Amino acid sequence: MENLEERDTLASKYGMWFFLFTEILFFGGMFLLYSIYRSKFPHEFHSAAQEENLVLGSVNTAILLTSSLLVAISISAVKKGRNGVSAVLQTCTVFLGAAFLAIKYFEWHEKIVRGIYPNAPQLDQMSNGTKLFFGLYYVMTGIHGLHVLIGMIVISFMVYFTLSGNITVRNFSKLENTGLYWHFVDIVWIYLYPLFYLVT
Amino acid sequence: MTESRNEKSPHIVEYKTYVYVWIALMVLLGLTIFAARVEVSRYSVLVNLLIASIKTLLVLAFFMHLKYEGAFLRWFLTSVLLILSAVIMLTFADVWYR
Repeated sequence: MENLEERDTLASKYGMWFFLFTEILFFGGMFLLYSIYRSKFPHEFHSAAQEENLVLGSVNTAILLTSSLLVAISISAVKKGRNGVSAVLQTCTVFLGAAFLAIKYFEWHEKIVRGIYPNAPQLDQMSNGTKLFFGLYYVMTGIHGLHVLIGMIVISFMVYFTLSGNITVRNFSKLENTGLYWHFVDIVWIYLYPLFYLVT
Repeated sequence: MTESRNEKSPHIVEYKTYVYVWIALMVLLGLTIFAARVEVSRYSVLVNLLIASIKTLLVLAFFMHLKYEGAFLRWFLTSVLLILSAVIMLTFADVWYR
């Protein structure tokens, strides 16, 4: 029966890409705001970025790049009929996403205890450029983190589908589209990383 | 007779291709840290954004499969990026000449 199903994988792939285009414009607006304020407050942004932990930021970049590799391989594995391998790789991706968020948690925590968070009395006494830098930092990394979390949830479902035989060598567009989403989230971080951690 | 189109022969990228791309991404990560630490501050932002864009191209081309897709998606992506750059340039023009 399953063989008689008519699916349009091309259309679902285009649909996913169209969604990603709206995401590009969504994050683009925040990158635009960042560039405008950076051009207005170059020195404040410069010194505020020194507060960021380069090591943690770089580790997180490596984590996301590696998780993208695992997702990409997991899709090839499904196409080769190796669902078990694929499920293991997807599970590892979910754990890498969790590691990313855990590191993010420590970074935020470390700032929050020092009084660097929106509306904090200490931050209010700093210059306007510094306030803007950390405001943008929390909004952009926060929304990105939310995307990571959503990606982890969706990939967890994919692990289930891969093991239960819903995703097969013939029917893998769910997984492929999930992969596209995860890689997109990776790309957003590829730009966040130099803008917040490397501009010192 | 029973196969849906587009799934007759899915394009399978070899594992090792992905691993090579990952190695390249890691090398670029090392490079970008180096570029940020080294005191060429005038250009380091530009260099870092350039490296980020190369990383993005690698992810788009291989991980996101654009290298193996038709021209339609590539042109669509290009036009979206053009719209974004137009918005950025117009906003900057407004801010600078206000």
